[in-house]
Amino acid sequence: MANTSYSVNGKKATNQHSPQPLILKKKKRRFSVVLKKSILPHAILMSVGFLFLVPFLWLFLTSLKTPDEIFAIPPKWLPSEWQWSNYTDATQAIPFFKYIWNTVVICLFSVAGQLLSAPLVAYGFAKMKFKGRNVLFYIMMATMILPYQVTMIPLYVLYTKMGIVENAPTLPLILPNFFGAAFYIFLLRQFFMGIPNEYSESAKMDGASEFRIYWQIILPLSKPVLFTVALLTFLAAWSDYLGPLIYLNDPETWTLSLGLRGFIGSNQIDWSMLMASATMFTVPIVILYFFVQRQFIEGISMTGFK
Amino acid sequence: MIGINGKKIEELSPQQRRRKTFFTGLLFVSPWIIGFVLFQLYPIVMSAYYSLTEYNLFNSPEWVGLENYSELFADDKFYLSLYNTVFITIFGLIPQLIFTLVMAVILNMNVKGKSLYRTIYFLPTLVPAIASSLLWMWLFNSQYGLINEFLGSIGLIEPNWLLDPAYTKFAIIIMGFWGTGTNTVMYLAALQGVPRTFYEAAEIDGANRWQKFWHITIPAISPITLYLLIMGLIGSFQIFTQADVLGTQAQSIGGPENSMLFYAIYLYQTGFKFLNYGVASAMAWILFIIVLILTLVIFRTSARWVYYGGDN
Repeated sequence: MANTSYSVNGKKATNQHSPQPLILKKKKRRFSVVLKKSILPHAILMSVGFLFLVPFLWLFLTSLKTPDEIFAIPPKWLPSEWQWSNYTDATQAIPFFKYIWNTVVICLFSVAGQLLSAPLVAYGFAKMKFKGRNVLFYIMMATMILPYQVTMIPLYVLYTKMGIVENAPTLPLILPNFFGAAFYIFLLRQFFMGIPNEYSESAKMDGASEFRIYWQIILPLSKPVLFTVALLTFLAAWSDYLGPLIYLNDPETWTLSLGLRGFIGSNQIDWSMLMASATMFTVPIVILYFFVQRQFIEGISMTGFK
Repeated sequence: MIGINGKKIEELSPQQRRRKTFFTGLLFVSPWIIGFVLFQLYPIVMSAYYSLTEYNLFNSPEWVGLENYSELFADDKFYLSLYNTVFITIFGLIPQLIFTLVMAVILNMNVKGKSLYRTIYFLPTLVPAIASSLLWMWLFNSQYGLINEFLGSIGLIEPNWLLDPAYTKFAIIIMGFWGTGTNTVMYLAALQGVPRTFYEAAEIDGANRWQKFWHITIPAISPITLYLLIMGLIGSFQIFTQADVLGTQAQSIGGPENSMLFYAIYLYQTGFKFLNYGVASAMAWILFIIVLILTLVIFRTSARWVYYGGDN
């Protein structure tokens, strides 16, 4: 499997490595090549794909079962009657829509902040030659290994002292995004560096400022990577758990992550409702992904991950 | 465009022009500089200071020197949390990296439905950590879970995944495989970027498939391996959500017999449950130093196994 990876276009002659003229041998060879090049890869891809999809299926099916069916031995795959009411029950068992709203607010501000600052910084690192640029860039890359735990406590102390934890607890989750995250800046820089300088040089001749070049030439060319950064930021904010756990003490401000955790606090877990909530938590992000998928894959592929 | 003192940029002396690009450049990267000072540099320094004090939010920090550190080095739970974390790093991260590379290599064989498979492998990474943890908690359920149902049906033992300390970490590792799609996508992008000419040159020299994989593919994608290894290491040392959720099955933080007491869990507990900021900060610094050393070691050895193309 691994050793045939080089057939980039899939057009490689199947008998390239079989110089034997015997027809019988050639036939045999062909079958083994077919097995290696087509059947085996598909078998592996399919079984792994199946294993990756089963949890989704189980999540969805469990969310539609009655308690009796959930605790059936052996487990039943399909519910005898699809309990869609589990979904409405779930939205009433916890203030579901409030949690969704809280989550969406954090996500949107985070994305806005990241899109405002990260490309700007990336442009500075990619397209401007100024003294100290490389040193700053290396420092930024080094910060990527800084564990969240190191800054967690001093920042919490600081925000608490300033009264922010009490009065605006979502601020600590949003604010850092407005200063650009190292990883996104790096992604964007890699992309910008791939844009030929000829694009901006003629504009420079005409006396356009760096900011205008950035805004009117570079950004419009960078949609895939901007989508990638937006999606990754949204995803990170949507699923963040530790951050909200630290800052959002008041249930009024909880995100869905914390809301879902509330389900397992009790001794008797209502699995169908829990799975219904988890499904509703997952579906929006999957839909979002399908909208930006093309740009996202393109963005990943074109940012130096080669 | 107006430059310094109303002069057009072409009229500036080279020195003025250099100064101007310096300030414009700084202006562009200034959001990151400000963020770095505010959200990273300041907390790093404060964290070092807190680690040398006895501190909770209600009293001001009281200098205790290295006491927090010596307290940790005499604490069995500290070592246990470190052991648990190293365990899942070695037995989770490395098999997962190999797995994603293999999957990416197979996908790169240009099989039909490549983008569909890629989507399927990537899909689980979209599931919020808390939702996937809850789902796997249910899948791992010893009585009603799908996994034991399957194991039982083929005559294998049905472990009590979340209550038997011998299995809890494997549950976390198995669950981890489900979320490796990002690595596969990145590896695949890297594989697609390996120039065809490299392989053609090797073919002329008579290299077989295995030789080509080993001597061309692996070196060509080694920068991404380095990146995934370091980022995976850092992520693994900070594992939190999965353990926090799966641990609740045993009704205790850290799971049965603290078998899921990972470093970040213990640190969170120390800092935010026991409000012992001093010791928690010391833990954070020890974590920082461990990650730093490991990264440096990997970088040092990487000169031997990572190859960068000409213009990188």
